[in-house]
Amino acid sequence: MDFEPSELAETIGRNGTGDSLISVLEEIQARYRYLPQEAMILVSERMGVPLSQVYSVATFYNAFSLVPRGKHTICVCTGTACHVRGAVQVLDRLKSGLGVGPGGTTRDRQFTLETVNCLGCCALGPVVVLDDEYEGQMTTRKVDKLLKHAMHQVGGER
Amino acid sequence: MIELRSPQALVDYRQGIRAAADPLQRRIRVCDGTGCRALGSRKVLARLQETLREAGLAEGIEVAPTGCPGFCELGPLITIDPEKIAYNRVSVDDVPAIVAKTIAQGEIIDGLLFVDPVTGQTIIHDHELPFYTKQIRRVLELNGEIDPTRIEDYVAYDGYAALSKSLWQMTPEQVIEEVKQSGLRGRGGAGFPTGMKWQFCRQSPSDVKYVICNADEGDPGAFMDRSILEGNPHSVVEGMIIGAYAMGATQGYVYIRNEYPLAVQNLKIALKLAREHGLLGKDILGSGFDLDIEIRVGSGAFVCGEETALMASIEGKIGEPRPRPPYPAQSGLWGKPTNINNVKTWANIPLIVRNGSDWFASVGTEKSKGTMIFSLVGKIRNTGLVEVPMGISLGELIYDVGGGIPGGKEFKAAQIGGPSGGCIPKEHLDVSVDYESLKALGAIMGSGGLVVTDEDTCMVDLARYFLEFTQEESCGKCVPCRVGTRAMLETLERICAGQGREGDIEYLIELGQEVKRSSLCALGGTAPNPVLTTIRYFRDEYEAHIYDKKCPAKVCKGLITYKVVAALCTGCMICARNCPVNAIAGEKGQPHVINPEVCTRCGICQSLCNFDAIVAD
Repeated sequence: MDFEPSELAETIGRNGTGDSLISVLEEIQARYRYLPQEAMILVSERMGVPLSQVYSVATFYNAFSLVPRGKHTICVCTGTACHVRGAVQVLDRLKSGLGVGPGGTTRDRQFTLETVNCLGCCALGPVVVLDDEYEGQMTTRKVDKLLKHAMHQVGGER
Repeated sequence: MIELRSPQALVDYRQGIRAAADPLQRRIRVCDGTGCRALGSRKVLARLQETLREAGLAEGIEVAPTGCPGFCELGPLITIDPEKIAYNRVSVDDVPAIVAKTIAQGEIIDGLLFVDPVTGQTIIHDHELPFYTKQIRRVLELNGEIDPTRIEDYVAYDGYAALSKSLWQMTPEQVIEEVKQSGLRGRGGAGFPTGMKWQFCRQSPSDVKYVICNADEGDPGAFMDRSILEGNPHSVVEGMIIGAYAMGATQGYVYIRNEYPLAVQNLKIALKLAREHGLLGKDILGSGFDLDIEIRVGSGAFVCGEETALMASIEGKIGEPRPRPPYPAQSGLWGKPTNINNVKTWANIPLIVRNGSDWFASVGTEKSKGTMIFSLVGKIRNTGLVEVPMGISLGELIYDVGGGIPGGKEFKAAQIGGPSGGCIPKEHLDVSVDYESLKALGAIMGSGGLVVTDEDTCMVDLARYFLEFTQEESCGKCVPCRVGTRAMLETLERICAGQGREGDIEYLIELGQEVKRSSLCALGGTAPNPVLTTIRYFRDEYEAHIYDKKCPAKVCKGLITYKVVAALCTGCMICARNCPVNAIAGEKGQPHVINPEVCTRCGICQSLCNFDAIVAD
């Protein structure tokens, strides 16, 4: 989705000024799956917040990305419970399967690989979340199946 | 919609709800917490509704999504009322039988019941499960009973009665006195007496004051706060309104992680319903007291769980902590007096006001009163959420409630308090779980995360894992935390990679103590705890890594080699085909060989082998 300045005016209007910088950036992130540079410049101008401050907030919080992300997100929980149950191997397998590291996006912009510190469903560890679907008790073998299925679906969408 | 503008209106409303409820109502409760959802509970719920409709039974049978009762290990969980039949690990395929047998004919399906692993006995009712019988469930009592999206359910169980009592029968000072008397201490980890904190805020003169609920539950392996907000959000809302009345605050915030979408959703619904019923907003219950509560969703920064960083984040800034004093009670959010409490602390408040401080203090130890909620995770049989009295022994918590270690493995240590806490080894299994006793062992109570490790867990790797976490999450404002944790992490990484040197252990201890002493906030002030406690109790493992170049638990990649046990290998070639670096050679039907020069120790071959023919050495 391309950045549309007119939508931004509405987002800022709804959130007021100053204190709600994070909320505004969260909305932009949710809409475009990253923070386009033009959007951050506009936020700074329209909200009267120095661009340096917008940038500092955008880079401080993990939820924001400054580079475009894939259409689908594959998120590996690396919380303690998942870690002691083998999340490292699951992540390794996804890295080699997708050819990108955590935070990376596949060249076709379909998948972004991410890690999260804990999703709080520790009974299911290791957990992988594909978009909104939770997959529990993951193994390298289940990763292969998941990837195959996901790539097949993506192929179907094209 | 009923607007409740007097205490009597609330009483009448409650009586109306109770009178309309049929105690023999056939009801199917389906756990709708994140854990069970991930296991497919939504599909089970949908299929139940569909099957009931098809069978012509939908009329008069309620299918209710509830919060998390805690036994995540056995999810998806369903409970059938009025008998309270507990079925576990229910799949979509079980639904037709449940409807045809249990619902239509009252017949119990043995295969879906819990089987006690010790006695081999099947257990029909959820309250008879050993997992629950050892608990004292107060805050979690209604999780799993009520539909969190219906305010009627909460009100029927005396919900908002404590609020009514506070506003109409107690002065703010009396509320604070009651909380002080109860001995309640902050459940976020530090354990500061809640009543005293409230009094400081009450005594700060200001026209504007704030109350904040800290739901930025960042410790990996902890999900207590999430489950309360998902399963019983009104208890937190009620606690916050009572606190705001006691301290004279007029605005509240709940700061919650963005990783918890369901908790945000249920809390939003709860706030809306409370507002519509005159329990939140202007002139609450006709008392003249005003308070509104807003939600602020965090953006993924662990440090925002620290109170001064949290407030900066609400103000729209980056979440960097600042030195205290001034404490938030004097100068907090936007410079105004502010009180911040954890989700569990707020959820205890209505219970204390309603039942009295003596009731609350009737369980616990001399200095740690009430109950504590833990999430039991890691190498433990009954993964889940438990509420136990303060002062329970760690051994009882892990073995009696948690069911012990699965797979016949041996308990090694419990990590309490997440990245800020420490590990407790088996020689201290008899330690009383309370603030002081845990601190004496180098751990902390923390907010309730309890990760159990067994013989297959490398304690050096675990310390490295936690430090990697805190180092990554350090905001970078103060030098001891920013640079100190990095230096410690580099040392640990070297040790795990097999490049440990003499003096590393002493260096880690010295540096760790310095980081603890001189960091600006609790993140740096507690970050070395996992390292210091693992050195204290498992120094031999560190020494094995450094001097013998061995990882006793066979976890650290730099110190192990993978080998094929020729006698077990069938030559199926799965490992060779899946090795990402082509380090495995061998003909079909013949034992394979791993080339240690090429092998990257990713462990994929071992996880894929069907014959346990690949071992780490």
